[in-house]
Amino acid sequence: MEIGLNHYLVLSTILFSIGLVGVMRRKNLLMLFFATEILLNSVNISFAAISHFYGDLTGQMFAFFVIAIAASEVAVGLGLLIVWHKRHNAIDLDLMSTMKG
Amino acid sequence: MELLLYTALFAPLVGSLFAALFGASPKTLVTGVVTSLLLGVSLVASTILLIFVITSGQFVHVEMMTWITAGDLYIPFGFIVDQISVTMMMVVTLVSTVVHVYAIGYMDHDKGFNRFFSWLSAFVFSMMVLVMSDNFAGLFIGWEGVGLCSWGLIGFWYQKESATWAANEAFIMNRIADLGMLIGIFLIYWNTGTLQYHEAFAAMPALENATLVWIGIFLFVGAMGKSAQFPLHTWLADAMEGPTPVSALIHAATMVTAGVYLVIRSHELYALIPNVGLFIASLGAFVAIFAASMALVNRDIKRVIAYSTLSQLGYMFVAAGLGAYWVALFHLMAHAFFKALLFLGAGNVMHAMDSELDPFKMGGLGKKMKVTMIMMTLASVALAGIYPFAGFFSKDLILEAAFVEQHYIIYTVLLVTAGLTAFYSFRIIALIFHGEERYKLFGFHPHEAYKFMLVAMSPLLLLAIIAGSFKLSYFEMVTNLLPAIEYHIHHPLTYWVITLGTQLFVIAAIFFAYKKYMSKSVKVPDGTSAMEKSFFYKLLINQYYIPRFYEEYLVKPYRELSCVFWKHVDQKVVDATVDGIANVIYITGENSREMQSGNLSTMLKWMVAGLVALLSLAVVFGLATRHSDKIMLILSGLGV
Repeated sequence: MEIGLNHYLVLSTILFSIGLVGVMRRKNLLMLFFATEILLNSVNISFAAISHFYGDLTGQMFAFFVIAIAASEVAVGLGLLIVWHKRHNAIDLDLMSTMKG
Repeated sequence: MELLLYTALFAPLVGSLFAALFGASPKTLVTGVVTSLLLGVSLVASTILLIFVITSGQFVHVEMMTWITAGDLYIPFGFIVDQISVTMMMVVTLVSTVVHVYAIGYMDHDKGFNRFFSWLSAFVFSMMVLVMSDNFAGLFIGWEGVGLCSWGLIGFWYQKESATWAANEAFIMNRIADLGMLIGIFLIYWNTGTLQYHEAFAAMPALENATLVWIGIFLFVGAMGKSAQFPLHTWLADAMEGPTPVSALIHAATMVTAGVYLVIRSHELYALIPNVGLFIASLGAFVAIFAASMALVNRDIKRVIAYSTLSQLGYMFVAAGLGAYWVALFHLMAHAFFKALLFLGAGNVMHAMDSELDPFKMGGLGKKMKVTMIMMTLASVALAGIYPFAGFFSKDLILEAAFVEQHYIIYTVLLVTAGLTAFYSFRIIALIFHGEERYKLFGFHPHEAYKFMLVAMSPLLLLAIIAGSFKLSYFEMVTNLLPAIEYHIHHPLTYWVITLGTQLFVIAAIFFAYKKYMSKSVKVPDGTSAMEKSFFYKLLINQYYIPRFYEEYLVKPYRELSCVFWKHVDQKVVDATVDGIANVIYITGENSREMQSGNLSTMLKWMVAGLVALLSLAVVFGLATRHSDKIMLILSGLGV
């Protein structure tokens, strides 16, 4: 069976859904980062696939941007996470409620 | 001359503002002195203006600045000093200067000393605006200003329930009348297109008679309120709750005469509508005898003098209504002097008697208060109209005018009133100063007032005695402006019979009062004597039951109506709407604050929910635009 654009898009959608459920359900901050990575990379897959499908490099360029930004985001995020862990000895989302209105 | 005009007008305002600076602080003598001095300055400026007007026969007319210009409407802050207003200015500044100096002594121990002078000077300023304005709008501003100051001064002792009630009564009753006046002013503007006196009066002869009658009636309604004419008279007697200097200045000499001033100022209008004039005269005669009858039995010296003021205002309206405008103005002037003197004397008595007002509890005060007794007796003689005091020249002139104009009913009523006036005036004189010393029973220790208060009163005494001698020069001055009708009874025999008859009648009334109330048998009434049980006594002491009638049939139903509107309209409709809107927002907020739980994963879920909602919307709209023609087809099929 030839693997075409639709397969990539379905994969991307499945990954995106997994990521979304992860973002919504997980309480561990580290797991939340993983879920975010899955979300971003699912989008990257569709960017790359559509780019290849149209023979236009713009999409792949975008994918590179996303990878770069995701990397820097993780770097900052993990830094904050470590500081948080040092202070509170926990990275449970439910304990972070200083924004309560 | 313009500078003098501004000085006369604004000196009281400066004094008032100066005193207001110290309004909240305890007594500082300087406020009393400064306001009195500034009033003195105003008096001097008015005197110079008076001399200028007499000698040159010209007006001083200034336009200070534009007040309102809108379309065709043009109202400036303009002031005029002519023969009428300069007379009023003299009366106002003279009496108020005397009263200011007197009040320094009278209000000596009062906590609100500074506040009092601020109000009092503000009143004088408003009164000056009222009499000096050259248009109806300015007059109305002054008119409302004196009403406001009167409210503040009647309710000066605001800790007293009765004083605040009286203040509100006076204010509300004047509002009712002012509505009439405002309609009158609107009618003038509507029909003549201007509010300037000389332009409006110049345009009036061309108007329809019916219009003029309405204007005259509505303006007079305003005058009725300010001058406390029946049926809006009840506030004046209750206004005696205020400090006595206020009663002397506002409720005897100046503010209450504003209504008379208005009629005199509008004489060109009233000359065109003699029927309204006759109504004014009849009402005046009725009020004269009506008020005098209530004064006969009252047991409060200030109220007796207040009724006497009411009665004299009736005289003035008779004169003004019959077209004898200069006579009305002359009586206004003479009355201001002796009535203010009478009130200030009553103030001395009150001071001596620890604010006791019942003359039956006094008696024999003449020994302790000689000067006050002489002053009050002379003022009463002037009020009774004995030759050669001021009252003789002004009041008998009104009687003569009524006689000459052949209104014999009015004449008779006024003649009887003159007798009543003499009787009740000397009734209180006899009760206060002569006879048994009944005050000892009640443990009072009367004493004479401060010397400078008595000195301050002396100019009024002098004027009460000699004001009549100005009659000729006064006549020459004001008749430049007012119709110069001399009232002479042509037949000399008739003249002497009438004059001497009136004099003898009045003197007999005085003797009767002395005889009745100087005797040793006068006791403090306790409600048991035959007279107190008689029907007429009850009728008079209860003021013809008019206040009670107002209370039962106007105030109470109005209160009921207000309650209904309050509970059923205001609370259930207006308040409910406002509260409903607030509640909806409140409940929305209360419910949606769950979103801001502070829990990051909940917030993320809300974010996702929002994203999904927005995406679905985008999809729906996208589909809708793509298939719009088909949707239109379906909708038209449905008949939309």
